[in-house]
Amino acid sequence: MIDPLFLLEAVVNGVLLGGVLALLSLGLNLIFGVIDIVWIAYVDLVMLCMYAVYFMHTVYHWDLWVAGVTSVVAGVALGLLVHLLIISPILSSPPINQLLATGGLLFFIQSFATLLWGTDHRSVRVNLPVLEVGGIFISFPRLIAFALSILAMLGLYLFLTRTFVGTAIRAVSQDRDATALMGANPLRLYLVTSAVGGAMAGIAGALLIIQYAVHPYFGGAFGPLTFMICVLGGLGSMFGAFVAAFIMSQVISVGGVLISTEMGYVVAFVIFIVLMFVRPGGIFAKRT
Amino acid sequence: MSWRRLWAVLIVALLAVEPFLPLGRMREYLVHVIVQIFIWSFIGGAWSLMGRFGLVSLGHGAFLGVGAYATCLLWNFFGLTPWIGGLVAVLLTVVLAVVIGYPCSRFQVVGHYFGLVTLAVSEVVRLLIIAERDWTGGSLGVSLKPAPSDSSVWALQFADKRVFYYVAMVLWLFGLWVWVRVDRSMASRAMEAIGEDETAAASVGIHVTRFKLGITVLSAGLTALGGAILVQYLAYANPDTMSGIGVSLRIVFAVVLGGMYSLLGPSVGTALTIALSEFLRIYFGIKLIGIAETIYGLVLILCIIFLPSGIYGSLQDAFRRRATARTAVA
Amino acid sequence: MLKLDRITSGYGAFTALWDVSVRVEAGEAVAVVGPNGAGKTTLMRVISGLLPVRSGRLVFEDRDLTGEKAYDVVAHGIAHVPEGRRIFPALTVGENLKMGAFLPAARKHYRESLERVYTLFPVLAERPTQRAGSLSGGEQQMLAVGRALMSRPKLILLDEPSMGLAPVMVLRLFDLIRRVREEGYTILVVEQNVRQVLKIVDRAYLLEVGRIRMEGRASELAEQDFVRKAYVGA
Repeated sequence: MIDPLFLLEAVVNGVLLGGVLALLSLGLNLIFGVIDIVWIAYVDLVMLCMYAVYFMHTVYHWDLWVAGVTSVVAGVALGLLVHLLIISPILSSPPINQLLATGGLLFFIQSFATLLWGTDHRSVRVNLPVLEVGGIFISFPRLIAFALSILAMLGLYLFLTRTFVGTAIRAVSQDRDATALMGANPLRLYLVTSAVGGAMAGIAGALLIIQYAVHPYFGGAFGPLTFMICVLGGLGSMFGAFVAAFIMSQVISVGGVLISTEMGYVVAFVIFIVLMFVRPGGIFAKRT
Repeated sequence: MSWRRLWAVLIVALLAVEPFLPLGRMREYLVHVIVQIFIWSFIGGAWSLMGRFGLVSLGHGAFLGVGAYATCLLWNFFGLTPWIGGLVAVLLTVVLAVVIGYPCSRFQVVGHYFGLVTLAVSEVVRLLIIAERDWTGGSLGVSLKPAPSDSSVWALQFADKRVFYYVAMVLWLFGLWVWVRVDRSMASRAMEAIGEDETAAASVGIHVTRFKLGITVLSAGLTALGGAILVQYLAYANPDTMSGIGVSLRIVFAVVLGGMYSLLGPSVGTALTIALSEFLRIYFGIKLIGIAETIYGLVLILCIIFLPSGIYGSLQDAFRRRATARTAVA
Repeated sequence: MLKLDRITSGYGAFTALWDVSVRVEAGEAVAVVGPNGAGKTTLMRVISGLLPVRSGRLVFEDRDLTGEKAYDVVAHGIAHVPEGRRIFPALTVGENLKMGAFLPAARKHYRESLERVYTLFPVLAERPTQRAGSLSGGEQQMLAVGRALMSRPKLILLDEPSMGLAPVMVLRLFDLIRRVREEGYTILVVEQNVRQVLKIVDRAYLLEVGRIRMEGRASELAEQDFVRKAYVGA
């Protein structure tokens, strides 16, 4: 039998992992829920932000927190660029073209990154201790990442519910014409949404680079996982994505300890397939 | 119409004769490239059977991967001839297609959502292949065990690539035949109706689920067949080039670029994309790793934005406009 | 206050309005009546900017608004309560009203406007956190009107407000419109329920197949045959 302490540690790590996964999924979901387009290349944008932190901190020796802010700024800039250059021209194209455009962006970003920086793994060394709480070991960076991602999501929630612009963003996803009748420009709201989605990618990037190494194909690992979480939670449902993120992260973490790291992922994905068969709309399906 | 037939016959004749043309060293290379074009066009055509009716799958890598790996592993471990192994692979893929397709059809999972689900499935297949590295070879891939003799019909391995050339050509022509049969069938009309308005189609008695599932199964099965032939030709299978998001997107790109709704669109698109990547590969060689793919991705994005009906489709539109202009003037 | 001068507009190849001229003076209540498919909703969409104009001019308070986008038209003081209400179903009552005050000018007086709307519609005040999609038809209509008031408009466009409402609700609705009128707002309402609407407006136009057939004081039009004929929803 497995050491229960080991298991507890896996559970805790699963929760911590879930935090960042939830952040990723919320960003992707926000954009889909409002603009009705899936940014297949979303996690690759995160990858670019991770590189930004790497260069700012490790190469140019800027303070880590400042580098983190740079990541967010980069994220916002990327979000705006993607929307203006790629999404805007194809807003009224058939879904397949929209999917292919963001898919093509994925190819482009991954290979451009390879061109610029090669395939080496780059990491940001963080000299932080490993905490020991009651016999289980928790990585400090991971804990900080979790805390910050929760804060970010809280910030997003407040933005969407308390501010005028945030409420307008929720409104435009429900009725575009009626929102225009309120005096709010739907296209500008889309732009803001893309910027917010980009910001979340930037935050996620900063939180991920202190835990994982970055390389041009980073999106290959986290991308499909993020998609799966979004689909599982019901595409368009923020709450669903949040819950699904923690479910998946638990399966991966605990499964990884019980069987093997890879099989942990495999089990998570198989569960995904099974759940798709049972509830294809996702656990909290909203958009049809 | 007859001059078009004549052109078709000429082109097919040229293709049939190519392996014996006196082109020196170029000939071998051309054979290799054209075989790939044949096989990938076939796969693209299989995808377009779903795509043209609105079932945009971004996960055909799953079917390709299962088709390729099943065939290869059955031969490697059990000595099962790929003639039967391929059939088994197709059947396995059909099962997978039903498992995914049935709930999606019944619960109206369409559009972006369907795309995302299929994308996830292709990644599951890829990761499963990598995880089970003990018998699949993981990310390093697996080589097809060489047959006892150099060329064997039983093992479907041939030293002379030109045999594969004709196998692939037959496959490609078979794919075109299937496309025409589907296009002319009742299923095509039904699928078009479903594509326009599912509820309305159901209300006139069209069995929506059955049709969607049927097309999905056909598309998946044919893709698996393509995968089986591909692995026999390359004698090597790799999870990243035969499953996962990368290959799935490439298949779709090629078809959309060439034109999703026409018979030859997938072939034209596949030929163009393979030609482009070969050209870039040769031009840049090993300097500037990644430049070829970067240009490839950029070209694709630009084509999506500026040529929404694909290259072949846009050409057809241009011809049609000129034809109507001519008749209008006359 | 509002003047439509020979407006022609439509959808794609189809022309829904031909040479339509309508005028609304400040403080008036004007109705546009007509059968199904006459173009009444098209007219509303043209005024609020949701539909472009092919020819003709739209002038509001001496400013030419022809061709302006919907979100800019609102800023000039025209609020459109759309056909079918179009409240935001997943937002709460309070959030719907908040959206109504999105305009910077309206945001400044947000609290004040909210008070006013809650006084006018006590039903809404009772359930500010309820999901708007779960309200009854009549309540949704009130919410839609209240939401329009939040933008502090000068002119309110009401598109088929009685549609889909039970007869009892319809009476209450028109009473409500009269009260809004008394608050001082200028109103342009399109309706199929001719009899009821003529009771609360000053003037009316008859729109049939995209053209104005008749116009006059409400009392005169009420005498006409077309009111007596069986129009849908009368």
